[in-house]
Amino acid sequence: MFFQLGWRNIWRNRRRTLVILTAVIIGVWSMIFLGALMRGMADQFVSNGIKTLTGHIQVHHPGYRDDPVVENSMPDPSVVEAALTKRLPPDAQWAHRVKVDAVVSNARHSTGVTMVGIDPPREAAISFIGGAITEGRYLEDDDPYGIMVGQALADKFETKLERKLVLMTQDTEGEIASRAFRIIGIYRAEIEATEKQFVFVTMSAAQEMLKLHNGISEIAILLPVHEAADKVAGALRTELPAAEYEVNTWQEILPMVTAILKIYDFFIYIWFLVVFIAMGFGIVNTALMAVFERIREFGLLKALGMKPRWIIQEVIIESIYLLILGIIIGNAAGFLSVLALSANGIDLSALAAGTEYWGMSRVIYPAILGQDVIVANLVVFILGLVVSLYPAVKAARFTPVEALAHT
Amino acid sequence: MDIVKCTKVKKTYRQNTVAVKALDGVSLSIKKGGFIAIAGPSGSGKTTLLNIIGGLDSADSGRVVVDGNVLTDMTQSELAKLRLRKVGFVFQAYNLIPVLSAQENVEFVMLLQGMSPAERRARARGILDDVGLGGMYDRRPAELSGGQQQRVAVARSIVSDPSIVLADEPTANLDSKTGASLLEIMEEMNEKKQVTFIFSTHDKMVMDFAHRLIYLRDGRVVEDQTRKR
Repeated sequence: MFFQLGWRNIWRNRRRTLVILTAVIIGVWSMIFLGALMRGMADQFVSNGIKTLTGHIQVHHPGYRDDPVVENSMPDPSVVEAALTKRLPPDAQWAHRVKVDAVVSNARHSTGVTMVGIDPPREAAISFIGGAITEGRYLEDDDPYGIMVGQALADKFETKLERKLVLMTQDTEGEIASRAFRIIGIYRAEIEATEKQFVFVTMSAAQEMLKLHNGISEIAILLPVHEAADKVAGALRTELPAAEYEVNTWQEILPMVTAILKIYDFFIYIWFLVVFIAMGFGIVNTALMAVFERIREFGLLKALGMKPRWIIQEVIIESIYLLILGIIIGNAAGFLSVLALSANGIDLSALAAGTEYWGMSRVIYPAILGQDVIVANLVVFILGLVVSLYPAVKAARFTPVEALAHT
Repeated sequence: MDIVKCTKVKKTYRQNTVAVKALDGVSLSIKKGGFIAIAGPSGSGKTTLLNIIGGLDSADSGRVVVDGNVLTDMTQSELAKLRLRKVGFVFQAYNLIPVLSAQENVEFVMLLQGMSPAERRARARGILDDVGLGGMYDRRPAELSGGQQQRVAVARSIVSDPSIVLADEPTANLDSKTGASLLEIMEEMNEKKQVTFIFSTHDKMVMDFAHRLIYLRDGRVVEDQTRKR
C-alpha cells in the first residue's frame, strides 16, 4: 500500500507533477542526447584523424617524426613486413607509404604539399582516399605519371582532370627532383585542409623520383578496433630494433586528438552535473511543496503510529516514482532523438570553417556510449534520491501535535 | 481495572512569551470499557489531556499510565508503537488520507501493524459494515459526506482492537442528527467490543451520551460524575 499511496500522492497535484516530470525528462534527454552528440563529434574526430593517413599504428625510421625528410626513410621494409606478418591480428590491414614534403605547381600557382607515394590497393583499404574520388579515377599500380589531388587544391590551382602538375622535392642525394604528373583523380575529404595538403602518386613513381629504391617513409596499420592499438604496438616494439624503427600508436601521433578526447570526457560529466544541479533544485522544491501541503497528513500518520523512517520512506517512494518515470521517458526521448539523426546526422556545413579548425566533420552523427547512459541515469537517480532526503527528513520531523494543529 | 491513570499531570505551553497552563495537576482514573466525556470550555485543557493520554504530547510533570504502560517514561519510538497497538484516534476534522478509499483508510493501521492483506480486507469491510458504510468501501473521502467520513475515522480507530479510543470533539463538524447517529455507533462499538472511549466535547448532546463526565476548567478537574443512561 505504501507504493500505491506514493503513486496516488504524486498525482494529487497533477500540474506540479507534470512540471517536475518535464524537468527530469528534459534533463535526462539532454544528458543522453548532448552526450551522444559530443561522443559522435569525438568519434568522428578520431576516425577522421585515423583515416587521414594516420591509421592506428605507424612504423617509421626513428628520426622521421621529428624531421620527415627523405633521408629519414626505412631503406629495407622487409624486416617490418616480417614483424607485421608475425604480430598483426588476421583482420588488420597495412600499407607502405613514401611521404615527403614537396612543392606542387602549375603554370599559375605553386604551393607546399605532402607528396604521398602509395600502394593503391593496400592504401584503399586503410585510409579515406580509397572511397574519396569524386572525379576521374583512383590510382593504379601502372600509373607512373598519374596524380590524385584534393578538390580544394584543384580549385585553388584552377585546374581539373587531365591537366598537368609538377611536383618538386629533394631526393636522397640532396638534389632537387621534379616530375610532371597528370591529374587522373580529384578527391573530397572531410576537412578542406586535407584536400589542400595531400597529393597522391604511386609508390614506384615516388621511389623513382626520390631515388629511394625500395625505401619507404612509413608503414601505416589499421586495426579492427581502436582499443587494440597499444597492445599491438607493444608486440611490434618487441619485434623491431628500437634503434632502427619507431612504432607509434595513433594517440602518440595525434596528441591533440587524445587531449581533446579527454576534454570531451570531462565536459560530458560537467554537463551531467550542471543539468543535475538545475534539476535537483526543482526536485527539492517540488518535494518540499508536497511535504508542506501535507503537514496535517504527516501528523495524522505519526499519530496513527507511523515511525519517522516510514514517513521518510513514503516521501522517497514518491521521488522514486517521479525519477523512474522521468528517466524512462527521458531515455526514450534521448534514444529516439539519436535514432532520428543516425541516418543523416546534423549538418554543420554552415559552420564549416569553425568545425574544420577543430578537425571536425561537416556532418555530426550522434553516438551513444553505454557508459554515458549509465552514468547519466545513475546521476539522476542517486543524486535525485539524495536531494529528496531533505524534504523527507523534514516531513518525518514534525511532531504529531504541531502537525495536526497546522492549518 | 484502570485502563488510564493520570496523577498530578501538569502541562504548560508557551505562547510567544506568555506561559499558558493547559493542565494544572490533573489526576483521574478511567476503567476499561468506559464511555467517557471530558468536557469544558475552550482552553480548559481537554485536547491537551487527550493528547497526553494518547502519547501525542508529553506532560511536564506527573505520571500517565495507559494499559499498564507508563507514558511519562517512554521514548518517542515507544510511544509511536503504543499508539499503533493500543490507541485509536478520531479527530474533529476527520483526518482521513484523501488518496485512499474508505477501506484502504481503515486498512492502513493494520498495514502498519503488519497484518496480512486478506485479514486486513476482511476486518476493514466488517467494521465498515458495522458503522453502516457497507458498499462504500471504494469511495474516497471526497466522495463521502462529513458524517460518513467520521464513521470511517471511527472504523479506523477501532478496527485493530485498541485499548482506548480518543476522540477529540468528534461531532463538532457534524449537524446534530449526524452527530447523534455517530455517537450511537461509538456507543454500540463500546458495548460490543468493550473498547474504552474517551472524547472531549463542549456539546451538551455528547455529554448526555457519556457514561461518565469529567469536567475541566483552567486545566483542573472540577467535576467528575458517573451517570446512567
